Amino acid sequence: MADQTKILNAERQDWMGLLARAPESALMTLWDRYETHPSFEWLRSPEIGGVMVRGRAGGTGDRFNLGEMTVTRCSLMLQDGTVGHGYVQGRSKPKAEVAALIDALMQTPAAGTVHDQVIAPLKEQMEADKTGRASKAAATKVEFFTMVRGED
Amino acid sequence: MTAQPHYSGGFQNAPVQAAHAFRAAMTVMARPGEIRELNGSRPPNPLSTAAGTLLLTLCDPETKVHLAGAINTDAVREWLTFHTGAPLAQAADADFAVGRWAELGSLGTYRIGTAEYPDRSATLIVECDELQQAGAELSGPGIKGTAQLFLPDIPALQANAALYPLGCDFFFTCGNRVAALPRSTRISMET
Amino acid sequence: MYVAVKGGEKAIENAHAWLAEERRGAPDIAELSIAQIREQLSLAVNRVMAEGSLYDPDLAALAIKQARGDLIEAIFLIRAYRTTLPRLGYSNPVKTDEMACDRRISATFKDAPGGQVLGPTFDYTHRLLDFKLAAEGEVPVAPTLQPRTEATPHITEFLKGEDIIQDEPASDATPGDLTREPMEFPSNRPLRLQSLTRGDEGFVLGMAYSTQRGYARNHAFVGELRIGKLAVEMDIPELGFAIDIGEIELTECETVNQFKGSKTEPPQFTRGYGLVFGQSERKSIAMALVDRALRWEELGEDNLGAPAQDEEFVLSHADNIQATGFLEHIKLPHYVDFQSELELVRKLRREAEERIKPKEAAE
Repeated sequence: MADQTKILNAERQDWMGLLARAPESALMTLWDRYETHPSFEWLRSPEIGGVMVRGRAGGTGDRFNLGEMTVTRCSLMLQDGTVGHGYVQGRSKPKAEVAALIDALMQTPAAGTVHDQVIAPLKEQMEADKTGRASKAAATKVEFFTMVRGED
Repeated sequence: MTAQPHYSGGFQNAPVQAAHAFRAAMTVMARPGEIRELNGSRPPNPLSTAAGTLLLTLCDPETKVHLAGAINTDAVREWLTFHTGAPLAQAADADFAVGRWAELGSLGTYRIGTAEYPDRSATLIVECDELQQAGAELSGPGIKGTAQLFLPDIPALQANAALYPLGCDFFFTCGNRVAALPRSTRISMET
Repeated sequence: MYVAVKGGEKAIENAHAWLAEERRGAPDIAELSIAQIREQLSLAVNRVMAEGSLYDPDLAALAIKQARGDLIEAIFLIRAYRTTLPRLGYSNPVKTDEMACDRRISATFKDAPGGQVLGPTFDYTHRLLDFKLAAEGEVPVAPTLQPRTEATPHITEFLKGEDIIQDEPASDATPGDLTREPMEFPSNRPLRLQSLTRGDEGFVLGMAYSTQRGYARNHAFVGELRIGKLAVEMDIPELGFAIDIGEIELTECETVNQFKGSKTEPPQFTRGYGLVFGQSERKSIAMALVDRALRWEELGEDNLGAPAQDEEFVLSHADNIQATGFLEHIKLPHYVDFQSELELVRKLRREAEERIKPKEAAE
């Protein structure tokens, strides 16, 4: 069983966030290739719900309710007792299940393999997509030329 | 190997179990004096199965819950948070309050609604040692003639009924059994 | 008296069947997929998400297909679905300064750090129909350049140093939620912003335009407009820390408004704010203008009696689902109501005629 205290919250935050944002097809393809799919018991079976997204007036001021987004969550326990939570964007129960399984495995000795075979390539794909959009945005940045007018 | 206790004991099939529990909760509230069974949850001690099942069925991140007295333990708090996301609150702010009658304190502390919104009031889940159809005599909406129910404090509950359409509503829980008393019920000592 | 009338089940059933057939259109034309709508009609999808108040592009695309492209009907479908979702919680406020900007422009500062990034805009197109699009098969490719890696700061941050712009101090007060508690007046800014961001684009646009035409003019410049994706973070009670629960596209508009000062405020620039799901530029600019107009009281301005200053008027009429529900219900059977009206008018007519007749006889 995992020693929860040894896992840094910041690391767990990273992988859980990555799994939440990941495109379902990319995550499922990588997971299908992962060596073994461990058995588990549901603590909370997958549930589709809404999360109210909040903003701040003027970007910095009072909080206000912007609108909801769909989120699917679940919690499960591996045979060794490790608990994994999945919170993912959208309405896919299979994606939430895989996210919770990976969250649990990342707290076990399998963490290294899961990281190399799923987390790292997923992160790479998502960063490539992000850089792709940023590169297109960069190409639409205006370069101003100052026109000199008048006699002097 | 069992999980940390606060993660276990939730509904195994939430849509179906919550629907059954909701039906039972609605029935006892609509028919004051009736007793039904409420199952589906395995809450940590000392919370009863009926009270735990009611909390799972009725609470979510938008319902403030007050845990009164001996049931306000780490295990109960964590269990409630994991399964419902309900924020914990003081009695005066609570939408739901759970505890034994003596621990819930004065009814005057709880929200009774406003003239425009009588629904903005607290529902109290009272954990009881016994639950039987004897004691006070009930009459009013949902009761054909009269009904009998054991109540913990008749004068206080009569005073609450006198506030109608404002006031609190009550569930009485004991093991896996539940009964209810809405504010609309008239109460008299059994003759 | 109330007379219930039954009937029409078969007619309704057949009407639904015909609706389904019409929705599909000519069967020799390929059927639209949800993915096609999501990818190729994305601005319609964005509008349905913003006004349906639910960020889920696939659901919005499905709603558009089901509604045959009637966006208000699609928004209605999303609103109805939304009510079935258990609320899992509330996100932390989104950090729009961390947005990965596809577009970021300022009408006030040419040389803002981060620059003027046009993004995929219609602005400089000639609005001439492009008949090439009528032919299929082209996959256009956008040029690329070395991307920025650092975050793009908000323009208003630069004015703040000079103390010449109204501050928006952070507050962690829990905002009201109009989907949970009915709106009461007077309201407050968080509720106004929620109402405007999900309000009808046409209505909010019309209100904003009225301020520009002089009904409570507030001299707005687009201080900044940005569109892009950002992560949404939520505290997870069972973990004891916050995680990203997804990523959404937003459009944010901040107006900078000329302000001569009032009894309570010194001369400075004031602000209006728009934040909308998806790429929804027109809506977010309009939202910012109306937000600014509704702040008259807070800034000690005069109430000029303009519609855009009237909170109750704006917020009560901004919601297109409420509006269309009430509007369209009058086409449903009102046979009994009308019968009683008919009786009343006939009676009044008889009485009026009887009053006139004796006079005529006397003359």
